[in-house]
Amino acid sequence: MIRLVFTLLAGVLLGGIVHLVSVLALPRIASEDAYSRLTPLTKLNAVSPLPPADPGNKLMPYMDPAFALAVCRYDLSNGPIKLKVPVSEAYTSVSFYTRNDIVYYAINDRSAGKTVIELDLMTEAQHNDLPEDENVTAADRLIIDSPTTTGLILMKALAPEPGLMAQAQASLKASSCSVQTDQSAKQDAAPQARR
Amino acid sequence: MRLLFSTLLALCIAAVVGVGTTWLTTTRGTELGTLTIGPWTARPWIGGPDIDPYSRATIIRNGDLPIGAGDGIAFIAKRDGRKRLLDGRCDVLVSGVTPPARFWTLTLYDNKGRLVANSLQRYDFTSQEIVRNSDGSFAIHIASRARAGNWLPTGGIERYVLMLRLYDTPVGVATRSPRDAPLPTIATVGCP
Repeated sequence: MIRLVFTLLAGVLLGGIVHLVSVLALPRIASEDAYSRLTPLTKLNAVSPLPPADPGNKLMPYMDPAFALAVCRYDLSNGPIKLKVPVSEAYTSVSFYTRNDIVYYAINDRSAGKTVIELDLMTEAQHNDLPEDENVTAADRLIIDSPTTTGLILMKALAPEPGLMAQAQASLKASSCSVQTDQSAKQDAAPQARR
Repeated sequence: MRLLFSTLLALCIAAVVGVGTTWLTTTRGTELGTLTIGPWTARPWIGGPDIDPYSRATIIRNGDLPIGAGDGIAFIAKRDGRKRLLDGRCDVLVSGVTPPARFWTLTLYDNKGRLVANSLQRYDFTSQEIVRNSDGSFAIHIASRARAGNWLPTGGIERYVLMLRLYDTPVGVATRSPRDAPLPTIATVGCP
């Protein structure tokens, strides 16, 4: 009898450990997560519009049908990413997700306070490598540190009425997301040097 | 022999208990860090890096991209104000006011988070398209057959969930009580 009770207790205790390990390990072993689902539909380091949410769209659960969506799947190993999202008429937001679909930053058009949401996304190491003077002079430059080298940027534009969906999609189409190579950085700087 | 048997039994119990509780917590969700106001429940911490391990496992498993805290917050309701499961064959009235937010959307999904097909292609209402009363409050009729005013069709499915998303809102991790965030009531007004 005591032996049976002991066996049951040991089983439940071990079960607790299995539970904790599986909950913590799930993010590592899951293959149906949002990042994996979006991978075949999206280009790397470029903006890809997502199909609109409708009953036939099984891409992700709980998509908001009032929004036009676009995704930039990024990989920072070749350098920081420059993101430009023009603000639509109603409401625009940009959310940043790690490889494991955790939001680490989200901003909307009003908190950006401009007609274009402009951001530099880089890893912490790349941020530390920035020349210090550049960091100081670019006071209005918004730099986001990504905790993982790869991840997702989700851009959303609201269509407050169904008839405004085309407009919201068009505003996202004008956004850009690209690797900021050293060469292009020099090209950016060149006209200013001539002045 | 008896030792072998009890070890096997213990291991079987461990597997069932461990995998079972993980499955339950990631499908049903936990009470950890939830904000409940009337029939509505939100998980404010899901919108940032301080997310709990259970929510983290749940979103990974479901393939969800949670709404960021700088963007807004999502409230979900599976039951009406009397704790009755929402039934698509019944008439349900969502009425009242919403907390301060620049925009909100109210969307109807099936149990798996998919939109429900209907001939009107009406899956949601946004704060801008809704018809309001003179005092600013509103009422949305959720029913399988057409209703006057703001009508959200259920397609006659048995179980559905409602999601109220507030965009650009002060409601979030600091919200504690219904006074900070008055949410609309949900009432089943009639069943065939």
